Amino acid sequence: MTRPVVTIDGNEAAANVAHRLSEVISIYPITPASPMGELADAWSNIGQPNVWGTVPTVIEMQSEAGAAGAVHGALQAGALTTTFTASQGLLLMLPNMFKIAGELTAAVIHVAARTVATHALSIFGDHGDVMAARTTGFALLASCSPQEAHDLAAVAHAATLRARIPFVHFFDGFRTSHEVAKIELLTDDDLIALVDAEAIGAHRLRAMDPEHPVLRGTAQNPDVFFQAREGANSYYDATPGHVLAAMEALEALVGRRYRLFDYTGHPEAERVLVLMGSGAGAAVEAVEALVADGEKVGLITVRLYRPFHTPSFLTALPESVRTVAVLDRTKEPGATGEPLFQDIVVALADAAAAGRGMPRIIGGRYGLSSKEFTPAMAKAVLDEAASATPRPRFTVGINDDVTGLSLPVDESFHPRMPGVTGALFYGLGSDGTVGANKNTVKIIGENTPLHAQGYFVYDSKKSGGSTVSHLRFSPNSIQSSYLVSDATFVGCHQFDLLERMEVLDRAADGATLLLNSPHSTDEVWEHIPVEVQQQIIDKRLRLFVVDATQVAIEAGLGRRVNTVLQTCFFALSDVLPIDRAIEEIKASIAKTYGKRGEVVLERNYRAVDTALAALHEVTVPAAVSGTARMRPPVPAAAPAFVQSVTAEIIAGRGDLLPVSALPADGTFPTATSQWEKRSIALEIPIWDPSICIDCGRCALVCPHAAIRIKYVDPAVVEGAPDWVLTANTKGKDFPDKRLIVQVAPDDCTGCSVCVDICPARSKEEVKHKSINMEPKEEHLAAERQRFDYFLGLPEIDRRDVDMATLKGSQALQPLFEFSLACSGCGETPYLKLLSQLFGDRLMVANATGCSSIYGGNLPTTPWAVDSNGRGPTWSNSLFEDNAEFGLGMRLAIDVRREAAGAALRSLGGILGDELVSGLTGADQTTEAGLTDQRARVAAARERLEADGSPEALATLPMLDSLIRKSIWIVGGDGWAYDIGFGGLDHVLAAGRDVNMLVLDTEVYSNTGGQASKATPRAAVAKFASGGKSTGKKDLGMIAMAYGNVYVAQIAMGANMTQTVKAFAEAEAFPGPSLIIAYSPCIAHGFDLSEQMSHQKDATASGYWELYRFDPRMAQAEEHPFKLDSRPSSLSFAEFARKEARFAMLAGANPDHADELMKAAQEDIDERRRYYEQLAGLERGLPGEEVTA
Amino acid sequence: MTPRLETTYLGMALRNPLVVSASPIGKDVDRLVRMEEAGAGACVLPSLFEEQIEHDSLQVNAVLELGAESYPEALSYLPEMVAYNTGPERYLELIGRARQALSIPVIASLNGSSPGGWTSYAAQLQDAGAHALELNVYFLATDIDETSEAVERRYLDIVSAVSSAVTIPLAVKVGPYFSSLANMARRLVEAGADGLVLFNRFYQPDIDLERLEVVPNVVLSTSTELRLPLRWIAILKGRVEASLAATTGVHDHFDVVKLLLAGADVTMMASVLLRHGSGRLREIRDGLTEWLDLHEYESVEQMKGSMSQAGVPDPESFERANYMETLASYVIR
Repeated sequence: MTRPVVTIDGNEAAANVAHRLSEVISIYPITPASPMGELADAWSNIGQPNVWGTVPTVIEMQSEAGAAGAVHGALQAGALTTTFTASQGLLLMLPNMFKIAGELTAAVIHVAARTVATHALSIFGDHGDVMAARTTGFALLASCSPQEAHDLAAVAHAATLRARIPFVHFFDGFRTSHEVAKIELLTDDDLIALVDAEAIGAHRLRAMDPEHPVLRGTAQNPDVFFQAREGANSYYDATPGHVLAAMEALEALVGRRYRLFDYTGHPEAERVLVLMGSGAGAAVEAVEALVADGEKVGLITVRLYRPFHTPSFLTALPESVRTVAVLDRTKEPGATGEPLFQDIVVALADAAAAGRGMPRIIGGRYGLSSKEFTPAMAKAVLDEAASATPRPRFTVGINDDVTGLSLPVDESFHPRMPGVTGALFYGLGSDGTVGANKNTVKIIGENTPLHAQGYFVYDSKKSGGSTVSHLRFSPNSIQSSYLVSDATFVGCHQFDLLERMEVLDRAADGATLLLNSPHSTDEVWEHIPVEVQQQIIDKRLRLFVVDATQVAIEAGLGRRVNTVLQTCFFALSDVLPIDRAIEEIKASIAKTYGKRGEVVLERNYRAVDTALAALHEVTVPAAVSGTARMRPPVPAAAPAFVQSVTAEIIAGRGDLLPVSALPADGTFPTATSQWEKRSIALEIPIWDPSICIDCGRCALVCPHAAIRIKYVDPAVVEGAPDWVLTANTKGKDFPDKRLIVQVAPDDCTGCSVCVDICPARSKEEVKHKSINMEPKEEHLAAERQRFDYFLGLPEIDRRDVDMATLKGSQALQPLFEFSLACSGCGETPYLKLLSQLFGDRLMVANATGCSSIYGGNLPTTPWAVDSNGRGPTWSNSLFEDNAEFGLGMRLAIDVRREAAGAALRSLGGILGDELVSGLTGADQTTEAGLTDQRARVAAARERLEADGSPEALATLPMLDSLIRKSIWIVGGDGWAYDIGFGGLDHVLAAGRDVNMLVLDTEVYSNTGGQASKATPRAAVAKFASGGKSTGKKDLGMIAMAYGNVYVAQIAMGANMTQTVKAFAEAEAFPGPSLIIAYSPCIAHGFDLSEQMSHQKDATASGYWELYRFDPRMAQAEEHPFKLDSRPSSLSFAEFARKEARFAMLAGANPDHADELMKAAQEDIDERRRYYEQLAGLERGLPGEEVTA
Repeated sequence: MTPRLETTYLGMALRNPLVVSASPIGKDVDRLVRMEEAGAGACVLPSLFEEQIEHDSLQVNAVLELGAESYPEALSYLPEMVAYNTGPERYLELIGRARQALSIPVIASLNGSSPGGWTSYAAQLQDAGAHALELNVYFLATDIDETSEAVERRYLDIVSAVSSAVTIPLAVKVGPYFSSLANMARRLVEAGADGLVLFNRFYQPDIDLERLEVVPNVVLSTSTELRLPLRWIAILKGRVEASLAATTGVHDHFDVVKLLLAGADVTMMASVLLRHGSGRLREIRDGLTEWLDLHEYESVEQMKGSMSQAGVPDPESFERANYMETLASYVIR
């Protein structure tokens, strides 16, 4: 039978089977498993059935805990049920997993295995999550590649029904979940043949049904619980047999052979590696190469880890083995060894007790958080195993210079892979390189006999991020589960990358280098950094250039150079005859872009057709020349830690940092983004002081803090160089100052939100504003000079500023700067404002999501410090617990302040009563009060140090707690409306003085735009691709129901003054505050440069009302609810048609869109009516908390 | 005897010369049915815009590409839809529904400004059931390097391309801004136009004085605007082998009568129907009948072109002299 051959990634490979073998699919987004849920939702949305002809019901839940609960319920009611998750998500499922397994219920959870957050969050792959689930009673089945993720998904679904033991089927996050590979699909007939129909019937008969009622989920006492629990043993004993039977059935159907433990290597191996997951690919290559060299080594790949079937393991392990080296992709601190290691030890100890020879067993860790695992590392482990005195516990792949556990690795060991072509492509996220390479893998995989593999490395920057595509093609199956290290083709799709990345360190001798170059063949050499020139010469590379950007622009594709460079790759690589390649490229363009319209196809075709005429070979000179050099990753002025650690990470050399270089507890300095001068903008805003009206808007809206304002005394700039630009101030805020508006030219992303909002226009030419986007290169030198000068100017005295005003707020130094958020991000202006208003006493509890990534993803952080070294202190706990996390901070601060007060009062003799009284009771609600308090703390410190008594010295660490802190709990709508809502609600009810800021993008932005309960009716989003049919949850009204919570709904672009006021009021309110801030996002589907105008329209249409609910007004017997937005002057349809999230549905399904739009307008009208009534209501405060 | 209102347009026999012009009215088939009930002789559907199709396609492409494949946690930000319908699909469906609901001829309208792939849409409009096609060449020559010859060539190329793509009758709707409109009319017909629709009303932007922004400004026509088509229909009547349709400024039956006298085969209305609805169409039809009866015309065919330039005793009155004479009359007075 011929089966479809496709090139898909591991996620799709697994989801393909899961969707076809399930009836209920409960989902929640989490990297790297989200695509499985997205695909399942999309397939069901278009009516794609399972193998039994029904369309699986897919439901998004509020969290993984909720997803697991729904899975449990669906199973209890007899449906074939699955879910997808990873990492923290799997951990949230644990309670239900114990239940599901305890009740002997057939189910499969597909896991893209990911690191569990410890000292840091990591989205990348290891087995920390599945190992945390190993006590649940779920079977654990591991896949090593996309083909295996497909095949073993089917094995899991088949085996669970027979075994009645639920399965976690897992594969490595990113390395397998996101690797694109050529695989053969199982047909529906294959799946039906694998899955036992009788077992399905039995599953249904066990379901809850009033026709034959049962009681399940009892509470049991000490008399019977233990025995009942042991009753499950026989099911676990039988499970390996069911898995083996399914594997054998699969082999009979398709010929691919899997066993519980698969052995590769010398039949009389003396040293054997044991591991599971994708690392097996690299290990197989190492073992095969070493065996070919005559070494007696082998590898056992573990597939069924739980239940661990010792007899099968012992059968797979050659009797000849003298040393077993077990590799775990996880860390269990404090254990005698990692989990797999321990299981192997026990298995062999049992065997030894039964008479089998006991080999030496060593165990080590590798590959945490997707750390590379190469054949050289596998060899290093086998070499260690050959030592007379091997390290019993070790690590491989890092340099552990602290505990000395790491093994030395011979990096020159590269097993020869005959026929394999490796290719590398360096690009920017925005240029389409990855998309084109995925298509290339598909073209080659699906149109030639060659096997193809694509793996893509992205950085964590949401704007200007680079990508590296690792492609392999081979006549044989590709097992290489590691990055391409000897590429015969290197494409550098952005010329600038040569200056800042190691582009050629993985190029093989004699490789072809294709450069997207704005420079001609005659001139290009001089523009290539000398370091790169030397590599080109040393490696004898052939050099080709194409001005792909120009070709793309002429074809109407802007800077999307992907199809141009893809065509050049095929022309130079000889993988396919060029005519055939062009035909296939066009076919793939038609497939990828066909739905979008004819003109899109025509432009891409034009780019393909004109690409080769622009491709030229450059004769490589014999010697380097010119003055171009690679850029240092950070300026020389950066502090020591930034130089020694941050810079190495920026430069892409983080893998080489030793253990000692990194903080063991995950604590890093702030104020580091200022050193990462990315200079990614092509155009930057240039200030024209002659027409500036001193409104402050440009600085307020700048998402990247790259537009700064200072008001300085005229004397300060008197005699300044003539290139320093200043303007007269306007209005009464700063009458005696000079105004300076300055761009940070290397930190600006070129989003142009500032230009869009600037209201000052030239009288001579309307398009000329006071801020104008102009080509960066023309202004870079001058603006760098101005920015340096600007930084040297004094900051304004915070006591002189009315912070609750737009201009006042923008006179303050931002302590959130140059984030790596998307260009034009709608969230970051609020955070910047927050940092300006309260930054020097700000504590941030940040929910996981976009804001935790651009706020805290290495290498740098935008949270900054002022000239006194004060600034926001920031931490991220989890996604789901952020409100509680922030509340805990409040409790600690209050307790510490109390304790400090008590301690100080006992030291009145040293400090004096007046100082103690001031320290413990002075007003700190104003900047002047705060300044005075800091002076008191300094005085107290001085006196206590001078005193030197033990009591005095013990009090010193308590002093800073006497300065009033501002605690902000920050997160997105996914946190506030969904996964963290329970905690948020509780913290609101707790009545403590915390401030919650919800950056409401109305979708899960960080994971790619999945619907949340904040998603409005009529919008399309992932998990709601047919348009969300229900309305948005009114979080503000829920909070207001408590009565004693300050609540504001704001939209900066709609009303800047209201925004600033809301922050000031919320912070001043001595109880819980909630600000819901409208935050445009890429997922809204429009050009974010216009985000402020969209916010204005959102409010003008009534879609996003502005209000403030201040309980203090109730105390004053006034109306606590103030509706700040006017009645709508725009219809919802007029607003919505400008955003693709609404407009796309009108294109795809106009009738349904019309229905939803009508309902959405009704939502808006009704809400307005309700709010207007609320605005007229008087309300008293609920009773104060009564304490004993 | 009641005068006969039948006319022939683009080779099609119409029950009267009152045609619903391309306008938002045609988006709603129910409104078209009411127009038919009120007496419309034919209807032109709203235009399928080349610019809109391209814009929609590029927009969809841009938003789907924005941020895609850049960041490991979010390889895209919007769901892939089954279809985006950026092409003519919805329009084709409209033609089908209009054909099903109406018995009068349904004329599809295609609006574009450059020869290219979009002309292939013409064939799709035909296949969807349109009785005829109105090609609205909507082009402002703003390039100072583009000569008038090149502009004219662009028009002719478009007409030629579309003409060769369809077998149904083709009307071409143009604006009045040609150096030699009469010559251009002849060449358009030679390039394949079966009829000329005179004239296009170009969208005229306005300035918002508060926001200092250029803003769209759609102003409905008035009766005074019919003078321009009136003149040119009169001039062209009998001199080009093509049907002539008058559009712009037709607001009452007197306007209709004037245009028929000048030589129009049909008169097209939009503004008046947008303002007053289908009832006004019935009034115009009845008014036309009454006028013909009162003035003892037997039929529309009888009167058509009776006051064309060739039919009036002083043909120069339709030319420059007309203006001079007007001035002269003021002087005399």
